[in-house]
Amino acid sequence: MVANIKDKAVIAGVANTKFSKDSGVSELSLAAQAIKGACDDAGIHPSEIDGMATFTMDTNDEIEVARALGCGGLTFWGRSHYGGGAATGSLHQAVMAVSTGMAECVAVFRALNGRSGHRFSSGVSGAITTADAIHWGWYMPYGLLTPASWVAMFTQRWMKLTGISKDAFYEVAHATREYAVNNPNAAFYGRSFDRAEYDAARKIADPLQLFDCCQETDGGSAIIVTTPERARDMKKPGVAVRGIAQASAPDQEQMTSFYREEFAAIPEMEIAAKNVYEMSGLTPDDVDAAVIYDAFSPIVLWQIEAWNFCGFGESGDFVLDGALRPGGRLPCNTHGGQLSEAYIHGVNGIVEATRLVRGESLNQPKKNIEHALVTSGVGIPTGGAILGKLD
Amino acid sequence: MTPEEQKAFEDKIYAFKGRKVCEATPAKDPVNATMIRHWAEAMGDTNPAYTNTEWAEKSARGKTIAPPAMLYVWNQQGITAASERASNAQSELVQLFNDYGFTGVLGTNVKQEYFKEAAPGDQVFMEMVIDNISERKNTARGAGYFHETVATFSNQSGEKLGTQSFRVLKFIPQDQPAAAAADDARLEVPTRIPSPRGHDNGWWWEAVDKGKVMIQRCSNCQTLRHPPRPMCGECQSMEWDSVESKLDGEVLSHTELHHPKIPGYQYPLVCAVIKLGEGTNIVSNVVGCEPSDVHIGMRVKGKVEQVDEKNMLPQFYPA
Repeated sequence: MVANIKDKAVIAGVANTKFSKDSGVSELSLAAQAIKGACDDAGIHPSEIDGMATFTMDTNDEIEVARALGCGGLTFWGRSHYGGGAATGSLHQAVMAVSTGMAECVAVFRALNGRSGHRFSSGVSGAITTADAIHWGWYMPYGLLTPASWVAMFTQRWMKLTGISKDAFYEVAHATREYAVNNPNAAFYGRSFDRAEYDAARKIADPLQLFDCCQETDGGSAIIVTTPERARDMKKPGVAVRGIAQASAPDQEQMTSFYREEFAAIPEMEIAAKNVYEMSGLTPDDVDAAVIYDAFSPIVLWQIEAWNFCGFGESGDFVLDGALRPGGRLPCNTHGGQLSEAYIHGVNGIVEATRLVRGESLNQPKKNIEHALVTSGVGIPTGGAILGKLD
Repeated sequence: MTPEEQKAFEDKIYAFKGRKVCEATPAKDPVNATMIRHWAEAMGDTNPAYTNTEWAEKSARGKTIAPPAMLYVWNQQGITAASERASNAQSELVQLFNDYGFTGVLGTNVKQEYFKEAAPGDQVFMEMVIDNISERKNTARGAGYFHETVATFSNQSGEKLGTQSFRVLKFIPQDQPAAAAADDARLEVPTRIPSPRGHDNGWWWEAVDKGKVMIQRCSNCQTLRHPPRPMCGECQSMEWDSVESKLDGEVLSHTELHHPKIPGYQYPLVCAVIKLGEGTNIVSNVVGCEPSDVHIGMRVKGKVEQVDEKNMLPQFYPA
């Protein structure tokens, strides 16, 4: 049985800060700027915010953010765990709070100096003292200690099982880059690339090369989530959350679920997809565009299969038919994605999905976007949501 | 050295503070692609911004640049330094130290700061001053003084490219094996990052230290599990023992790691998920063959080896 929160919570405002490689400001400043921007987009004052949701990995305390913004008191705060798996997870927290009345106006945010501060690509190390240090200990001594290396291990096996080649990875990376070319806030604004450049790029962890890997970015993104009633009084057309789900699957590890019967798979995302479709009463045919978490190019393909846009092993042909491009079946990562816009842990993806439904994307497809999918990172406990126009 | 002698010596050396070693002097050769290529190859730096003209032409800079860390390279005197080095403030200072018995020399710190990039064709000028000389210090190497030179680099347009400060210890070598040994011990070679050890995994790593790879087994339902956990997921029993793996395995997936290269690890480096004959999977390295020979379905045989000064690890070879 799937909980019914369909259309009970609405995104009323979204914003990104400027994205850069060296923000020169604190992560708290980025959080405050992003939320203020989202408030302006919604036409509300920060004092109307009474709840906050973010990632366990975010360094900004909710009360510090609230003081910085002049929010006043809060009646709800909640965090979602597992790195990029928390992208729609933090939205999930906000939706639960709003739909149950625990809060009326929740700011979802993620802010990080991901390039000038701690860089994920530097890997996990012996210095970490968190509870999952023991988990990483099964991989660190062998040198398997960066996100790219963990994803590479899945990818190599998945390529063998499906026969899908790097042609499909290139198509994902290239389609995404072409969108970024039009986005002034994107890392690769104005900078296209071709297959030769893609193939010549630095090797990271076989089969992944540089342009299969996302950005590392300083920046913040925020979303204002409120009730349908209040959303109707705000500045912009509301974007309703039709369905949202989190999921982990049996034998789940963070990025290293290598002990399943078949580990070249993301069963957790299949569960999330099934639940979101059931909750929203929608099918893949109803989804007009998507923002699919793209820390690495192949993970977009796995998710296209998990969300049933095609069958297992068919995502290569699906994208090579041009599905992700502006006039394609499923225009995807139209902001330039995390591969080419910015890596804000997927929350910039929620901003873009909202804009797609509003008709505000810099690369707005010509067709009507009634519903847009947005997903969290995979290889970890994950989730996703379908957004649609508020009636 | 009596206190008076020391005072007289220090007056002499401190007089060098602030003295110019050289005025802004042009390098023998302009910045050039050949030297850049040699340096990049030696350092293993494959950044195309330094060596790939075609790539660089399409980049934001529109041309290749010199690696900033080469700043100090351009003005090196080269092989003639051994026979024809002109006397300057620095060599006079070094001679003074030597004359008073401070014959030991140890470079301790180099710090570079970059302001502007240099590209092939640019002419690099270097100006150097003796910036600082420390008080007398008693170090593990012996008593001595740190002195620091600061070189400032500029280009043909007079624009500042960067600076380099170089700190050297001049000391009276001591015949103190204990002190020297203690000092050498601090010059540690980096090793692989070991796993932290706790309640649930410490026993497993201790077995590896003794040359064995164990697989945890539920005492109640006999299910094997790896990595070790406190409770059996099948029957919830917390009682367990373990069996030793024969380390016969099959590669389920693999990746060769290229970037970033982590200090303490030897590259090429291949990681793999290996299905053991006993039925559980383990992550390890595949060694003893070309990385390109590793493939899914490959049969491998493992053994526990000392991989560096600190770590014993299971490693798998082609069977």
